[in-house]
Amino acid sequence: MSQSDTAPEGFPITARHGVDGCVVRFGDTLTEAANRAAIGLQATLERGAIEGVEEASSALASVYVRFGSVAALHKGMLDLSRILEEEDFYSAPLPRGRRHWIVPASFGGEAGPQLASVASQVGLSETRAVEELTEARLRVLAIGFAPGQPYLGELPENWHLPRLSDLIDVPAGALVVAIRQIVLFANASPTGWQHVGRTGFRLYRPEDEVRPFALAPGDEVSFRPVAAEHVLAPNDKGDGAVWEPIP
Amino acid sequence: MSAHLRVIRAGPQMSLQDLGRPGYLSKGLARGGAADRQAHAEGAILLGQDVLLASLEMAGLGGVFEASGAVRIALTGAPMAATVSGQRLQWNASHRLNGGDRLEIGPASRGTYGYLSVGGGFDTKDMLGSRSANFVAGLGKRVREDDVLPVGDDQGIDTPSQLLDVPERCSGGEVRVVPGAQTSFYPEETRVRFANTRFHRDARGNRQGVKLYAEGPPFEAAGQKTVLSEIILPGDIQMTGEGDPFVLLPECQTTGGYPRIGSVLPEDLPIVAQATPGTELWFRFLSHSEADETFQSETERWEGLKRSLRPLVRGPDDLGNLLGLQLISGVTAGGPDLYEEEHG
Repeated sequence: MSQSDTAPEGFPITARHGVDGCVVRFGDTLTEAANRAAIGLQATLERGAIEGVEEASSALASVYVRFGSVAALHKGMLDLSRILEEEDFYSAPLPRGRRHWIVPASFGGEAGPQLASVASQVGLSETRAVEELTEARLRVLAIGFAPGQPYLGELPENWHLPRLSDLIDVPAGALVVAIRQIVLFANASPTGWQHVGRTGFRLYRPEDEVRPFALAPGDEVSFRPVAAEHVLAPNDKGDGAVWEPIP
Repeated sequence: MSAHLRVIRAGPQMSLQDLGRPGYLSKGLARGGAADRQAHAEGAILLGQDVLLASLEMAGLGGVFEASGAVRIALTGAPMAATVSGQRLQWNASHRLNGGDRLEIGPASRGTYGYLSVGGGFDTKDMLGSRSANFVAGLGKRVREDDVLPVGDDQGIDTPSQLLDVPERCSGGEVRVVPGAQTSFYPEETRVRFANTRFHRDARGNRQGVKLYAEGPPFEAAGQKTVLSEIILPGDIQMTGEGDPFVLLPECQTTGGYPRIGSVLPEDLPIVAQATPGTELWFRFLSHSEADETFQSETERWEGLKRSLRPLVRGPDDLGNLLGLQLISGVTAGGPDLYEEEHG
């Protein structure tokens, strides 16, 4: 992601979506600043900065905002344009209350059958590729597609791998890579991303009424390498993931 | 003690549904809930109860249910042949079952999703604020043979049966669409062609969405391969990489990179959800100001429905004509494969 803190030409833009909502778009490509802006606006809306918001949801570089009525939508879009003028979300710091998660993960072998192929695609030995994956401190850029599923980024530039049109089936817990991002799958799924590792991280705990989703956009994740048996055979000792508050 | 319904026989795709779980989009969890929210609400209105109570959604085919005690029921959505003790029950109406009664609900004569509501609602445990099954999210289960469905306390158990006049929405037709945040990615010519195209519902479809097909070239957005992933909502009309339209339904993914040409108005989405394979559908774009003028919240729309309620009067025509009925036979009556995997 580019580290510039300025708005791309022509952004942010706000466009209506559906009968009672709109999308605020901070860019048409993923940049660090556009992602930070989306997370920042989401947090601002969750704090109740605008009246009439029923729900807000950030994606990689945009935020969807739903209102309860057309009247609330029209007033809300005026309020949105006002706060977008007043506050430069591209240069604002990430919101408070975020967590840094350390998640046990195993790479290669049965846990990540495509590691060898991916390592050669990114120009590294397998050992060095795993080091780059575990040395990176990644941001939860967005949660989406399926419940609790994070998009983590960005990896170094050599990890700009394409998404493949030939889909493979990966198990729940799969750690997959493409376009300098990592996705952790909560459920077994077909994917065009490449499967290099596995975690036992419980991203989604529907039985937990207090915190059913482990991660939130803006949280950070590091992987701690462990032997495959720790992630392939779930046990009742928990998933081993720990977190500390980000000051 | 409250009554229950025992499931003697179950159609292949039955699940408890309500209005779903709004508010979890930022966590990747779609709202879910009834595929035809209007039909679910009509059941609650017929029974004079809260729309948040759960009903049983039956895709393509109903089932056989035995009441343990007095239970009021309402039958809404895709019309299905329903009988108790050989007597045919009117659709879009409420009825009373007595203990030991067997309710038999057959295949849909048109449309896909029928709803069986009970006075007091189905009283199962709530998960994240809803009783609805969401198969994609691994919440809840399919309702199967031998399941016992608990029925909540019914404050209106002695209320007379009602009938609701319901506009037809199970035979396809025109579906109104508003432009969305990505409509402008499509050239004007493509949007005009889209609005002038007669589509048919494909065999591929489930609670995540239904695929449509039509003659002619695909509908492609400019720069289709590089659209950055953003919000996806039920009602969005998404074009896959091949340019085939999918209309998204309650269990759709929450974000995605395939562009959307527009969004179906919530009040017209049941027309798409109810369409069976081969049903003809076409889209008419409304401007946002046109859509704003007709906008009603679900609460307002459903409140207005109550004016269409009238007492159900039994007449000679209501007597069971068993010869004319298709009784449930344990096969799926050639119904669509509603849960076929899709990777759209």
